Amino acid sequence: MAERYSSFEAGGRRWLWQRITAAFLVVVLAFHFFLLHFVNHADEVTFAMSQARMQELTYFSLMILFLLTATFHGVNGVYNALINQGLTGSRKTAVKLVLVVASAVVIVQGVRTALAWAGGVPI
Amino acid sequence: MSQSYNRGLIEDFGRWREFSAGMWAWVFHKFTGWVLVGYLFTHIAVLSTALQSPDAYTTTIQSLESLLVVRILEVGLLSVAVFHILNGLRLLFVDLGVGLEAQDKSFYASLLLTGAIAVASVPTFLAGVFG
Repeated sequence: MAERYSSFEAGGRRWLWQRITAAFLVVVLAFHFFLLHFVNHADEVTFAMSQARMQELTYFSLMILFLLTATFHGVNGVYNALINQGLTGSRKTAVKLVLVVASAVVIVQGVRTALAWAGGVPI
Repeated sequence: MSQSYNRGLIEDFGRWREFSAGMWAWVFHKFTGWVLVGYLFTHIAVLSTALQSPDAYTTTIQSLESLLVVRILEVGLLSVAVFHILNGLRLLFVDLGVGLEAQDKSFYASLLLTGAIAVASVPTFLAGVFG
């Protein structure tokens, strides 16, 4: 009998959060691409233009939420993919730790960058 | 009791000739997911040049955008993102029990729409790079 490797845990919430963040990201990723490649063009990017956008609280909050949801969705997706390929035991724990640290690093770096653009929280 | 299935039929990439539409959708979703999460980390690293100085950020972005290879990679990134979004919508509907009987057709529609959007985006992404 074949073994069953599934990232789904009965009673777990990661499955649900993966779908909630997916529904959010479908809209925000499309918006992000459209705004920064089709409305504004990437080759015209300057610090001042990014700063002007990030100084709007609505845009700043949306980008922070985008960073948080994209990091969770992406890193949780990687974790699920590895579990589906048969990752178990202490290697699973080690991978989980690495992914949590990597997520923390990218979130901290992203927030620092957003704050550098906006010159602090724009309230 | 957990349900068992023959993993040899569904997760062995060596048997790609036997894959059905749903299996290809799974493979493409996984591949595009890996690309997007890899890009997220790269993207934040590049944007972090804003921490150095406003000039460092502007110079970095404009230097990258002056390279043809970057523009071509951006078309690739858009294709990957559009497919992941469209197939992700398909998956959300399947999870809700909507359109399960047409899941193969919605996969083909995702592919076609991704191709059309990628082709239509080429003039925008290549604008100015030859000038």
